[in-house]
Amino acid sequence: MAVQLLYFAWVREAIGRDGESVELPETIVTAADLVDWLAARGGGYAQAFANPSRLRAAIDQSFVQLDAPVAGAREIALFPPVTGG
Amino acid sequence: MRQILVGEADFDSAALLGELESLGGGAVASFMGVVRGGDGLTAMRLDHYPAMTERALADIAVRAEARWSLLGLVIIHRVGELRPGERIVFVGTASAHRAAALDACHFLIDWLKTEAPFWKKESFADGESRWVAARCEDDQATARWGA
Repeated sequence: MAVQLLYFAWVREAIGRDGESVELPETIVTAADLVDWLAARGGGYAQAFANPSRLRAAIDQSFVQLDAPVAGAREIALFPPVTGG
Repeated sequence: MRQILVGEADFDSAALLGELESLGGGAVASFMGVVRGGDGLTAMRLDHYPAMTERALADIAVRAEARWSLLGLVIIHRVGELRPGERIVFVGTASAHRAAALDACHFLIDWLKTEAPFWKKESFADGESRWVAARCEDDQATARWGA
């Protein structure tokens, strides 16, 4: 099933796009697996996703840890730690 | 009364305080964040995750309302391009007595810093720009309120 990926802040800038629709291979179980899979694309993706400790994620608009399962997700957002307020 | 707003427009903090004062309680507390000048900062851009932001703020408001007896709660957070001295964020609370309003206001701004999907990018006079890094002090401030 297609999943909508969204990127924010420097993740978006490194990749050069704010989102995309992808078909996730079955080997991707967690958000961390997704990060590794995206990093393997190289270029800006490798730059954005090389260091998972700098990344945070939300699945269907709720914050999750990177070890959260992605099964059934419609929208997965990847971004740096938030800096609002 | 609960008011949550995210947008580019400036807001009237005096009017917001007036609304909180009119709710019949004995206490109104507020926090306002302003773009800090200095170090050659010329502008700050605030990005957010629109589909998630209002929901995240509503979740934070629900937590505050469950924990303290509040008559009113206001969260306003601006996004887009802001200059030094401009207002970024307003948190206001009203309650019967001061402790609830003060504590809830402090909780709300601490949680906003770490649990709402906003990102700041600073631009400087020398043409440099950089994304603001998250501060571990902010995580500690949030953590002290418990889960």
